[in-house]
Amino acid sequence: MNIRLLRLGLGMVAPFLALLISFGIISLILIAAGDPVGAVWDQILQWPERRNLSNIIDKTTIFYLSGIAVAIGFRMNLFNIGVEGQFLVAALVAAVVGGEAWVSGYFNTALAIIAGMIAGALYAGIAGVLRAYRGVSEVISTIMLNSVAVGLTAYLLRQFKGPQPEGSFIVTTKQLPESSWIPNISIGEGAATEIYGFIYIAVFVGLAYWFLINKTRFGFDLRATGQSMTAAVASGINTKRMIVTAMLLSGGFAGLVGLPYIFGEYHSYGSTFPAGLGFTGIAVALIGRNHPIGVALGAFLFAFLDEQTNALQIVAGVSPEIVKIMQGVILLTVVIAYEVVRRFGVRIEQQMVSRELERARTAGPTPPAADEKEVAR
Amino acid sequence: MSVPDTGIAPIAAPPPVRRRIPMWWWAVVLLGVLALLSLLEVITDANDLTSSGTIRATLIATTPILLAALGGLWSERAGVVNIGLEGMMILGTFGAAWWAYEYGAWVGVVGAIIFGALGGLLHAIATVIFGVDHIVSGVAINIIALGATQYLAAITFTGLKGGGPTQSPPLPDLPALTIEPLADALGDLEDQNIFLVSEIAAVLRALVNDLSIMVVIALLLVFVTWFLLWRTPFGLRLRSCGESPVAAETLGVNVLRYKFVAVLISGGLAGLGGCFLAMVASSSYRDGQTGNRGYIGLAAMIFGNWRPGGALAGSGLFGYTETLGLRQGGSSVHALLLAIAAIALAFAMWQLRKANRVALIGGGAAIVVGLPLTYVLGDALKEGFDGEGWVLLGLLVAATVVLVLLRRHEQFAAVLLVLVGLAFGLLYFSIDEVPGDFTRMTPYLVTLLVLAFAAQRLRMPAADGQIYRKGTAG
Repeated sequence: MNIRLLRLGLGMVAPFLALLISFGIISLILIAAGDPVGAVWDQILQWPERRNLSNIIDKTTIFYLSGIAVAIGFRMNLFNIGVEGQFLVAALVAAVVGGEAWVSGYFNTALAIIAGMIAGALYAGIAGVLRAYRGVSEVISTIMLNSVAVGLTAYLLRQFKGPQPEGSFIVTTKQLPESSWIPNISIGEGAATEIYGFIYIAVFVGLAYWFLINKTRFGFDLRATGQSMTAAVASGINTKRMIVTAMLLSGGFAGLVGLPYIFGEYHSYGSTFPAGLGFTGIAVALIGRNHPIGVALGAFLFAFLDEQTNALQIVAGVSPEIVKIMQGVILLTVVIAYEVVRRFGVRIEQQMVSRELERARTAGPTPPAADEKEVAR
Repeated sequence: MSVPDTGIAPIAAPPPVRRRIPMWWWAVVLLGVLALLSLLEVITDANDLTSSGTIRATLIATTPILLAALGGLWSERAGVVNIGLEGMMILGTFGAAWWAYEYGAWVGVVGAIIFGALGGLLHAIATVIFGVDHIVSGVAINIIALGATQYLAAITFTGLKGGGPTQSPPLPDLPALTIEPLADALGDLEDQNIFLVSEIAAVLRALVNDLSIMVVIALLLVFVTWFLLWRTPFGLRLRSCGESPVAAETLGVNVLRYKFVAVLISGGLAGLGGCFLAMVASSSYRDGQTGNRGYIGLAAMIFGNWRPGGALAGSGLFGYTETLGLRQGGSSVHALLLAIAAIALAFAMWQLRKANRVALIGGGAAIVVGLPLTYVLGDALKEGFDGEGWVLLGLLVAATVVLVLLRRHEQFAAVLLVLVGLAFGLLYFSIDEVPGDFTRMTPYLVTLLVLAFAAQRLRMPAADGQIYRKGTAG
């Protein structure tokens, strides 16, 4: 049997198996807590209404962008936990630039998007420089930068606040001119069934990510550095520069995460801007194994669960917080399943190789027998 | 990570003999810090840097970070990176609140430890048994723990008097220690405002007045951790799992079991930190109570070079800066800017002491000329931002040029320190008070700053974060 095919098959089966297992675990938790198990699954697994579907697609778009941003770092063994902070800073900058409207129409849109990406990239770049030149773990520094971003955006928001409607407690930046909005796409009747036009950009980002990682010299260097720093150094890759570049890229994509809201819904950055999207991106990237399509599936799964559990409190009297347990358990079981399957695949491969070697040894003049340990590594 | 691992072991130079820092040295350092702070109070208009209220609040802020740091220490010494500390702490807040409400204060402490250890169990199963990447598992645990806690809290506390889905009812108190006459006497001494004496009195007063038993336990745990890990065979074996699991297994150590136990203890300690937040720092469980303290604990442990005493120092630093941010933050953090500038410049000169004479004189001249310049410029910036803004921009460009030109110079770190010091000086002189949004960032910014200058001197356990599989030895 072809080893590649086997690996691919195992890789496909693993997440579904993990999904089933985690559904089992969640059911046990629900039973233990005395919540109605059947009603919960009925609500979650029913076919969403058009209105919910549009919400799911919107959230998928956003989670997808976040997941891709994280995935770029992962491909190089960099844990960009700071997508959260990067997207907040970037969304604020994009909203301010867009609100100022120095140019008109879609030029303004493009300018704002680029400004947001640059802001996100620079913010992530701090962690990159610290990692490359000062040896600070990017995990710690990005977490610290997340907390800094909360204060920083709050401060900047007050500096750049636009005219507020009478009696409103929510502070926002200046509204984007209507000509710079990205029009929503209708998938049914009425305004509630529109999805963000930003989805096109998300699809384009996915393609760009795929092309960059798999088809360019840079992508090769990136993956090489991620898999073996030693090999990368030996083949002449400037690993320090790679670290900084990878963080800049990751941050640049992270800059897009909040923009669907800016251009498709709120048209400004305000004190009630959604948070937590960066952390979801980490989970989504891990479930999707950093593959552009895998990440999309992961994003859809998380968006689906998010939306479907919204009504749990009303329908089944169950706290919707169960969705976070669900997402966490799915994440953990999926990564465990990947690891188990990987080890299983390695073992099968070893057996195949040793069988081949055995046959070669008995058949003809012996080729040098490979040490089994070597194959294992 | 500064030197890429080429796979070829360099011919080992004999390790530099490091003098052991004697115990009394810590007391000297503490006194030095106090002297510096009281000097700062004299120079600047901050007056809350060393009051007994600040010290007390610092102890409260330090303890949960310290417990998380100790948790991180246990697991990383056994070679398991534990970024799930935050989640285990969250579980601890809930465990403490639930059991304390149901069964009494001390049972709550036990509950927090057990709930934290449950998080540790999950981490141990994922990383030690299934060999999942440590950070991945930690991130997952943080997500699960947050969800589980919110879900359970909604089930447990809704409908109770004073409770709700995001908040527990008021919890019973843990005992606190007060030595009344001593506290009063020290209070008098503190009020007399004698240089350094009052500061020492303030510290001692905070230690004898309404000191929570949990603070004492946490400080004892620092000692217990040190003793267990560095003075017992158990600790030696545990640390060997973090340094070289292969060697440990060759010598008959059950590596996986030690890692498992270490991660469980780690979770328990983080849970205890959560308990402190719920029962001592406040009097009830609240949603989002941990506020990234698990992560800060991890940073404190790294800053402390994976040692208990270092973790204590790191936690103290973060606890203190957090406290300053919350109490009269504007003026206190403002004064801190001056301290940072002075420390950075002093360190720069310290680094230059062995350099050639040109570099030393250059550094000294830069400081002597730079400081008055920052004062003049900063004062002008206070008035407005017109012409001076351009000067500022020019200086920024000049600084960047200097950094780029000298980026390969052996004294680059010292140059950077001088520039950072001058920048903080300028910042200090150009504002009167630090805005509230920024004072709350202080602990995080200090973490970044400290790590940026300290990370290269630190040495983590050699096999930290590596996945170990049984039977790969020999």
